[in-house]
Amino acid sequence: MKARMTSCGNWVLERFPMSKLWNEHMAQYYAPKNFNFWYFFGSLALLVLVNQLVTGILLTMNYKPDAKLAFDSVEYIMRDVPWGWLVRYMHSTGASAFFLVVYLHMFRGIMYGSFKQPRELIWIFGMLIFFCLMAEAFTGYLLPWGQMSYWGAQVIISLFSAIPIIGDDLSLWIRGDYVIADATLNRFFAFHVIAIPLVLLLLIFLHIVALHEVGSNNPDGIEIKKHKDANGIPLDGIAFHPYYTVKDLVGVGVFLFCFASVIFYAPDMGGYFLEHANFIPADPLKTPEHIAPVWYFTPFYAILRAVPDKFAGVIAMGASVCVLFLLPWLDRSPIKSVRYRSGIYKKALFLFVVSFVALGYLGTQSATEGVTTASRIFSVIYFGFFLLMPIYTSWEKGKPIPERLTEQGSLEECIPKIVDTFNEVTVKKPIKAADGTTAVKLRPNPSGIASVLIRFLKRLKASLD
Amino acid sequence: MNNEGVDTSKRQFLTSALTVVGAVGTGYLAVPFLSQMQPSSKAMAAGAPVDVDISRLESGQLLRVAWRGKPVWILNRPPEMLKILEDMDPFLADPSSNESIQPETSKNAVRSIEPEIFIAIGLCTHLGCSPTFRPEIAPPDLGDDWQGGFFCPCHGSKFDLAGRVYSGFPAPTNLEIPPYRYVTETQIIIGEDTVEDSA
Repeated sequence: MKARMTSCGNWVLERFPMSKLWNEHMAQYYAPKNFNFWYFFGSLALLVLVNQLVTGILLTMNYKPDAKLAFDSVEYIMRDVPWGWLVRYMHSTGASAFFLVVYLHMFRGIMYGSFKQPRELIWIFGMLIFFCLMAEAFTGYLLPWGQMSYWGAQVIISLFSAIPIIGDDLSLWIRGDYVIADATLNRFFAFHVIAIPLVLLLLIFLHIVALHEVGSNNPDGIEIKKHKDANGIPLDGIAFHPYYTVKDLVGVGVFLFCFASVIFYAPDMGGYFLEHANFIPADPLKTPEHIAPVWYFTPFYAILRAVPDKFAGVIAMGASVCVLFLLPWLDRSPIKSVRYRSGIYKKALFLFVVSFVALGYLGTQSATEGVTTASRIFSVIYFGFFLLMPIYTSWEKGKPIPERLTEQGSLEECIPKIVDTFNEVTVKKPIKAADGTTAVKLRPNPSGIASVLIRFLKRLKASLD
Repeated sequence: MNNEGVDTSKRQFLTSALTVVGAVGTGYLAVPFLSQMQPSSKAMAAGAPVDVDISRLESGQLLRVAWRGKPVWILNRPPEMLKILEDMDPFLADPSSNESIQPETSKNAVRSIEPEIFIAIGLCTHLGCSPTFRPEIAPPDLGDDWQGGFFCPCHGSKFDLAGRVYSGFPAPTNLEIPPYRYVTETQIIIGEDTVEDSA
């Protein structure tokens, strides 16, 4: 039997470079040994992709891409199809999880300079993936044919009509009708289930091929290929398999724990993952009182709203995504990792994160005067981070960069510190119960909390220098 | 393979010629592929005019009807609303509707054929949301300057009771007025200007 198996295996190996592929990309692909938790998000994105593909295929088995039937077919999936609710919530929560994971993955790239020479192409492929993902999310959101689906699509397709001369014809061509109608729904279904996913898969393949050509960056931002042993293996590298496949399993476990919690306990996330108005069938005569995109689009949406001119607003929104493509050429500092960069860059990055989160919040709110003013301020900071980058990064004086990878504190060392902090912010107090007995209970300790907060702020300030 | 004595320039010419012919062929194929995403004949034919009876439309009431899948508003404006419109000019981006779309018959100060009956396509000229009808004066959420009108919940554009946009908001032009005509005093046909159109 065993001989049979071996000869069968050999038959394949003689015809297909299976072990070569396995070695090149897994068993003998050497990744830096100092990956921290930020490096989970790439493999998690792949996991979510698989989730979206599998649940998506299952959903198409019962979904009907027809303006008259779509809304009811989604409700049918939710109520009558066995486990349909689970599959649908896995898909809708998966969409939000995809963006969360990809945003963190992108931030990791910005923070550790993973977009810099020689990894510019990886960044470009990644940005194209992000583009596809936005198109995928947008086309998918129309499919349930609820109020938000309808009016969200109306707004986004109208964005194209702002383009001078060709705009109106272009938006007509995208819709396939004079308003969002059955034709639009049907073609969005085609884009969502086949056209964009194929492009997405191709881009992910290119992203990984490009990554494995130059090798992974790491939190220290130094090239491990500079120091190799006699066999040509990087001294600071470890094989992707088994070391990182096993490590990623831990990330997968933590991720699935959170993912399942959302699916089972808060699948609509209080209106952030699935908006309330989308549980009402599309009504072309009435826009919902408050319309906002799903959370992952709100930062860009806030920028659109901040500009008081139609065409300029569309340009600003487009630019807020496109400017990310230019990042490898905007950042003039040769230092990759934020660990060894100057205070000015750390402060700029900090402001960028604050402005991105703030814009994300403002985009969910109604367009009152205060919201618009705040959006304008944060939009300026957002663009300032990128457009002033060639200036402030060329002033930078970095810190000395080590030759080899550094050791960071492990989780195990953190635990006693966490225990100490917990003891500091709490105090044990004897408390008299109603029946006269006293019990010692933990209560918050104001002075302890204050000193911990001050320490935290001091450390935050120090880490930004 | 024996390449001696081969005229490579001829091969080069044939390769180039084939590439050009192939590119032209692909270009031709792109025409049907791209045009099939244009509105179909059925979608283009679906724009029939709509007949509306306004005999029971009360003063200050707004009626919504669908024409070509778009919301069309019919608002019966009482005299006090018409009075407000006279003093709106300083707040507006295009008070005399020079940049906006409307039939000639509605290109006047109140943007309608009969001053009382205001008819407009209820889609914001910014990004196509349907603004909400807010007739009350100076409500807390819209500020003291608000004289009644239409407020777009999507991006905050404001329109007065004649669908004219306030200046400083994202909508570029006033609300579009569709072609319409009166058949009788209380019956309106939306979608055609003159009797000849219906032929």
